[in-house]
Amino acid sequence: MEETIAAISTSVGTGAISIVRLSGKEALMIVNKLFKGPDLTKVDSHTIHYGFIKENEELIDEVLVSIMLAPKTYTTEDVVEINCHGGIATTNKILELLLKNGARLAEPGEFTKRAFLNGRIDLIEAESVSDLIMSKSDKQRTLALNGVNGRLGTIVKKIRETLLNLIANIAVNIDYPEYEDAIEVTQDYLNKELAKIKNDLEILLKNASIGEIIRNGIDVALVGRPNVGKSSILNALLNEEKAIVTDISGTTRDVIEGKMNLNGIQINLIDTAGIRETKDFVEKIGVDKSKEIIEKSDLVILVLNNNEKLNANDLELLEKVKERTHILFINKNDLESNINLPEDATVVYGNTMTLDGMEALKEKIIEMYQLDQIALKDLTYLSNARQIDLVSKSLNHLKEALLDIEKNIPVDMIEIHLRNAFDNLGKLIGECYEDELIDKLFKNFCLGK
Amino acid sequence: MKYDCIVVGGGHAGCEAAHMTAFMGKKTLLITMNTNNIADMPCNPSIGGTAKGVIVRDIDALGGLMGRIADRSHFQMKMLNSKKGPAVRCLRCQADKITYPKNMLHALKSTPNLEIKEGMVEDLLTEKNKIKGVILSDQEKIEGKTLILTTGTYLKSNILRGDKNIEGGPHGEARSNFLSDNLKRLGFTIQRLKTGTPPRIKTSSIDFSKMQEEHGDERPYSFSHDIDPIYNPNEQQKCYLLYTNETTHKLILDNLDKSSMYGGYVTGIGPRYCPSIEDKIVRFNDKERHQLFLEPESLSYDEWYLQGFSTSMPEEIQEKMVHSLSGLENAKITKYAYAIEYDAIDPLELKPSLETKIIENLFTAGQINGTSGYEEAAGQGLIAGINAVQKLREQEPLILKRNESYLGVLIDDLVTKGTKEPYRMLTSRAEYRLVLRHDNALLRLRKYGYNLGTITEEMWTTYQKVEKEIKAFNVYLKETKLEINEDVKKEFEAHHFSIPLNKTTLFDLLKRPEITLDFLSRFLSFPFSNDIKEMVSIEIKYEGYIKKTEKEIEKMLKVEEKQIPKDIDYQNVKNLASEARQKLEIVRPITLAQASRISGVNPSDLSILAIYLKKEYGKNE
Repeated sequence: MEETIAAISTSVGTGAISIVRLSGKEALMIVNKLFKGPDLTKVDSHTIHYGFIKENEELIDEVLVSIMLAPKTYTTEDVVEINCHGGIATTNKILELLLKNGARLAEPGEFTKRAFLNGRIDLIEAESVSDLIMSKSDKQRTLALNGVNGRLGTIVKKIRETLLNLIANIAVNIDYPEYEDAIEVTQDYLNKELAKIKNDLEILLKNASIGEIIRNGIDVALVGRPNVGKSSILNALLNEEKAIVTDISGTTRDVIEGKMNLNGIQINLIDTAGIRETKDFVEKIGVDKSKEIIEKSDLVILVLNNNEKLNANDLELLEKVKERTHILFINKNDLESNINLPEDATVVYGNTMTLDGMEALKEKIIEMYQLDQIALKDLTYLSNARQIDLVSKSLNHLKEALLDIEKNIPVDMIEIHLRNAFDNLGKLIGECYEDELIDKLFKNFCLGK
Repeated sequence: MKYDCIVVGGGHAGCEAAHMTAFMGKKTLLITMNTNNIADMPCNPSIGGTAKGVIVRDIDALGGLMGRIADRSHFQMKMLNSKKGPAVRCLRCQADKITYPKNMLHALKSTPNLEIKEGMVEDLLTEKNKIKGVILSDQEKIEGKTLILTTGTYLKSNILRGDKNIEGGPHGEARSNFLSDNLKRLGFTIQRLKTGTPPRIKTSSIDFSKMQEEHGDERPYSFSHDIDPIYNPNEQQKCYLLYTNETTHKLILDNLDKSSMYGGYVTGIGPRYCPSIEDKIVRFNDKERHQLFLEPESLSYDEWYLQGFSTSMPEEIQEKMVHSLSGLENAKITKYAYAIEYDAIDPLELKPSLETKIIENLFTAGQINGTSGYEEAAGQGLIAGINAVQKLREQEPLILKRNESYLGVLIDDLVTKGTKEPYRMLTSRAEYRLVLRHDNALLRLRKYGYNLGTITEEMWTTYQKVEKEIKAFNVYLKETKLEINEDVKKEFEAHHFSIPLNKTTLFDLLKRPEITLDFLSRFLSFPFSNDIKEMVSIEIKYEGYIKKTEKEIEKMLKVEEKQIPKDIDYQNVKNLASEARQKLEIVRPITLAQASRISGVNPSDLSILAIYLKKEYGKNE
């Protein structure tokens, strides 16, 4: 049985009406699960129905759904088309829901390919199908490659490497049971390691969820010691005197929000009171609030002074911020550098007095979230839906693995889940070199007779 | 005199091939250089092991010899990974290097239709790219309709120790000087491979008291499905564990340039999974010690195999290296370690039946195909034998799929991906290993044996009996309920297991991860054999996992059904990426699924290919 496929079949632009199309045996069943309106399994073929797409009980979009049952359809399979009204974000969301509920994202040209393979279109058209697959694949590959080089790619590669090391270790335990030097991967060990990877994937999923970003924007928290220049940055970015800027440490006691627009994406800026130990009750509330905001924000900008060594407060903040996506903004770039920064940190230098570095900061945010690509239409978007799909699949495999550890299933069987997770991440960054595992095995372990 | 099948080489591949063609009723000639070296074990004195143990079971299920002979020729048996999951359990025995070849030769000699002849094959007789027979070194011509080459490491082999490079095969046997050149002339690609073997030590010179004993399992096992274990577990021979030390490492590092490998005297590509001790010390220099095992070569030999100590150092350095080991201070080396280089063909030039693409009715099996290991060789020999007969019968070859046998994985890997180093089977190469288990080999394969005529009547009776018992045990488990009385309650509580509802069936109880058949046998006795119990309880307990694997398999098989015509011209397939086109031309996969496993063939290439096939060949569907 062929899998049911789904894709956005119109060029997607903000505010435009777009169509999500499904083809395959389960098309009807999948849409019906998400549809609030008449029972679609009971309607006549080739009819259109008004209703809503819902996630659990939340209404996502007001839609028109066309039902076309096999064989008189484009692909000769059951085809369902959803006309969405809510713009790119909502269309995105709807496609995500379909994928989550059992559809697979269509490959480039796959609807037409099915139409041809099922005898629906003729030979002359078929020539163009193979051209189409070729050209669309090329574009997708280029986009995928862009993704690989970006931040997402780096994170995925790292997670994948960790998984591969675990898999290789388990493989050695299996194939060389008498080999003492490899540690035995036990359920407890695996549990700990997988919990970490699961956490990484969850963060990744949250950050990579461009649909989410388009819908709600990115919450950016500005943190740092009192009077380090946070409010100045906020004002510079917002171009208005929103926060109170004084030379007295701890002036900004309330969390002040401002909104700006980067490549059409809303950035919610949050200024926080400097975090430091204090007896001043009013200020204490501000500090607690800051810590809370770090937890809740998508991106943290930690402001530090170029001319000062990191003190205990800075280090504490660095530690807190590490778990989040973050940028270090180094203020006072005109003064001599005394600062010792951690390696691998994402850093922007600037000066709140001269407003130097503000553009660089914006650019950095654009780069980190690939905001320039969100503005591209159609394919970028597809490639992202695919990414989200693959990451959630990997995450699901890890969750299954963790559940099975609880059930006391042997490690060598749980490894099957790890491999599935690993393969999905490989597809994400376009790497599925088959001998990777065997290479790893013999590189990391000293085996043989 | 014209033979149906000629088999060249009497190693593990050759024995299985010759036995099978003869068993299937074809007049067979086995040509070996030395009858005394039939089924020789020139390296480790063991058969089976991880993944390889399952291959032996698979060979047995199909009517091959290796399992049966090993069962009669070992002095220690172990179930590896017995504490791990069911999919990775494997048998390994320490086989006797005298008894095993003796028993094999006996089995061959008692096979009807099979003749054995001593001689060295140097050329092939062919006509219009079809095999006609062979030419021996004394120019004798022997005609045969099919030919199976299982020449092992004897093609232009060189033995290397330090800067010494001697022409010849293992044991100083003569090598074949011309066969690989003649294969090249016929159009085959020849590659140079390398492997090695450790030194052997005289028994009386070893101080075993300084080493750790390694015992066989207490529960007896057999490889063969048709023979119950015939040995006494209490009488098994021990092996020993010892370690290298700082002195050993220093000796090796100081003399590195004297080894054939590091001195640059070797051109062949050696397997990564079988590194020499110098490799291990150079590549893993942070390790303070490496494990070594001493294994007896034979109960009737005065010689031990020093596993883990394979080297290509000159003899005098080997002496010092061995003497640095605790317990071997006064050891006498009876055979020095060596590396061996030899010619092999590129397995991409083979069809999945193991017939070559270049010469019709010519089959190859074992190390000549770039593999390593007795079991891998035997398995290929068996398949090549069966398919030579199928060819003569003008019937479809036996091509085992990746979900049916490790042999399917092995051959598919070889003919789809080729190999640049000697290929060893590893559990991790099998994506469907959950269904390729030690316990279910019979169920996976014996039916093929029955249909093709590769097994005896008795072997078929074994199968029918097992099938019946499985059914009966399943019924028993589904119908028998556990009475929850006070005693049962206590046992459950003592194990911290939640107490089941009264009258839950054993079948449902077994589904609980913590409850094993062993545990239940406290309350009930099961009138079934261990094998049946194992097989059935695995299927029940891991049903979820097995079902998932089966779903994956179903997907694969669907693509596997899509045949690619033999005469396809990839130049005519528009839009294929050029790398994909090249690879497809070399491999010439027989199904879309096989095409999908070629590295460099992307999903878009597969789509384009599928469309082309439909367009060009689909009209008659």
